[in-house]
Amino acid sequence: MKELKYVITDLEGIHARPAGLLVKKANEFQSKVMIGKGEKKADAKRIFGVMGLGVKKDDEIFVSAEGEDEEAAIAAMEQFLKENL
Amino acid sequence: MITLSGKSVFGGIAIGKIAFYKRNEIQIKRNHVDNVEKEVKRFEAAKAEAKEQLQELYKKALEDVGEANAMIFEIHQMMLEDLDYVESIINIITSQEVNAEYAVGTTADNFAAMFSAMDDAYMQGRAADVKDVSERLIQVLSDRESGIMKLDRPMIIAADDLVPSETVQLDKDKVLSFITMYGSSNSHTAILARTMNIPAVIGLGEKLKKEYDGKLAIVDGLEGVIYIEPDAKTMEVMQAKQKEELEKRRLLEELKGKDNVTKSGQNINVYANIGNLSDVGAVLKNDAGGIGLFRSEFLYLESDTFPTEEEQFKVYKQVAENMAGKKVIIRTLDIGADKQVDYFGLAKEENPALGYRAIRICLTRKDIFKTQLRALYRASAYGQIAIMFPMIISMSEVRAIQAVIEEVKQELREESVVFKEDIETGIMIETPAAVMISHELAKEVDFFSVGTNDLTQYTLAIDRQNQKLESFYDAHHPAVLAMIRMAAESAHAEGKWIGICGELAADLELTEDFLAMGIDELSVAPSMVLPLRQRIRESI
Repeated sequence: MKELKYVITDLEGIHARPAGLLVKKANEFQSKVMIGKGEKKADAKRIFGVMGLGVKKDDEIFVSAEGEDEEAAIAAMEQFLKENL
Repeated sequence: MITLSGKSVFGGIAIGKIAFYKRNEIQIKRNHVDNVEKEVKRFEAAKAEAKEQLQELYKKALEDVGEANAMIFEIHQMMLEDLDYVESIINIITSQEVNAEYAVGTTADNFAAMFSAMDDAYMQGRAADVKDVSERLIQVLSDRESGIMKLDRPMIIAADDLVPSETVQLDKDKVLSFITMYGSSNSHTAILARTMNIPAVIGLGEKLKKEYDGKLAIVDGLEGVIYIEPDAKTMEVMQAKQKEELEKRRLLEELKGKDNVTKSGQNINVYANIGNLSDVGAVLKNDAGGIGLFRSEFLYLESDTFPTEEEQFKVYKQVAENMAGKKVIIRTLDIGADKQVDYFGLAKEENPALGYRAIRICLTRKDIFKTQLRALYRASAYGQIAIMFPMIISMSEVRAIQAVIEEVKQELREESVVFKEDIETGIMIETPAAVMISHELAKEVDFFSVGTNDLTQYTLAIDRQNQKLESFYDAHHPAVLAMIRMAAESAHAEGKWIGICGELAADLELTEDFLAMGIDELSVAPSMVLPLRQRIRESI
């Protein structure tokens, strides 16, 4: 399993548009991709779960990927976060 | 006459009859089903049909309102296919042996409640999206036409609030204005109104009643006021106001896309000043040739700590990208004892205008300066960024800045970060000292930009805030104009360009003087771009 931590810098946090893009990105991979904040965790391929985390600016989130393409998945998620959030 | 007031989200005046948005409300009944497998299949089929509808809406919205606004229908598709959502519906059908409509309705309520409970106004607003998606499913399941409203003539659309799939299906040519009981300036109705350039007033609350349907009304989007069954006098006043607005818009629309050229063929760039990311839309809408002054202060003022390199980079990159290759001149931090930011820990000063501010802070707190410069250089790869430095009085400051820039570039090179080596760097001319040595300064920088507000204050030794001094103040003082002329001559002698970004740039009485001085660029508030263009085109 691969993991990363990231602090959100986008002023609006993970609102609908970036949540949609994030889910799309996670769905490009076979691996199980999870996203979490503090105690809460959600499947990164499910938009309600991602939006339900209520991630805001300055929140630290973690993302994990587990599966055959976990390395590619975590790298892609990291790039996605840096570029969009 | 009844007068209602709410929050304006877009200006303009609309006069017409009110059409209160009607929905085909479907009563959901809870029915027992014997064959749950068949019911699940019925749901799956409805889901596929709803998805197709959403894809159609996405395409339509893409054409009507652009990609950013159309994205919502893609998000609706994801919600529709979200496994938590789908599993919840199927689970209710199978475990309770009930009809799909009921299962969708119950699931929608649960998910909407989750959003409503979040401590974030934006997310609370998303409950409407869940309901919109579910409503669509239920409509398909019940084999009902969705409640598209047919308008036979242009009307003012009133509603509690409208969801995206409702607004996108309205015949846009027949919508004069939107007025809603609820919603925020982030709601889809508000965004759409701005895209369509029509007046809209939201947040009217319960005072906006269904019984107003069909009544004549005036929407004053400038003031956020609605007049229902207006009296003759109000009508007369508002008609005049509407005419004036339309005339202004028509004139300005005519000027869009035209060159900033005088009758004798002299060209001058007209750029816009902005103070936040959200102003970029106004810059593009008013057809400015670039951004002549991007005040970076908001990044510092809107934060509780120093904004990080990453935060700044994202903002600069976004502006550069949105301007799509047009020039974006970003001014580095111009904070001082008059614009207090707690975390800077600046001492209170007797004379803040002559105090520790702007470049003086940057050159003594290099950590802050370098963070901003790194972000700017990194963003330079994404558009045409130029940087300018405020409050310059000496050559040694310029050299010190150049040294820091070299340091930053070297670091970026070592880190193999992509950036443009040769971005333009210039200085603000806002002190008499800078004017007097402008022939020297012009050798070292790529451009000048005159900040007339400070230059006037320092030249005349008059504090603009002091009302007692009003009779001594002369915005067109010959000394100030002589200063600008001198700086322009110095710049041109070295083959450099000079712009004006202060208030005087928008002073249409001085446009001809500036043209005569050979000023290369005027940067003004976005709303002044087209009036200035008109003035230039009338000049000889």
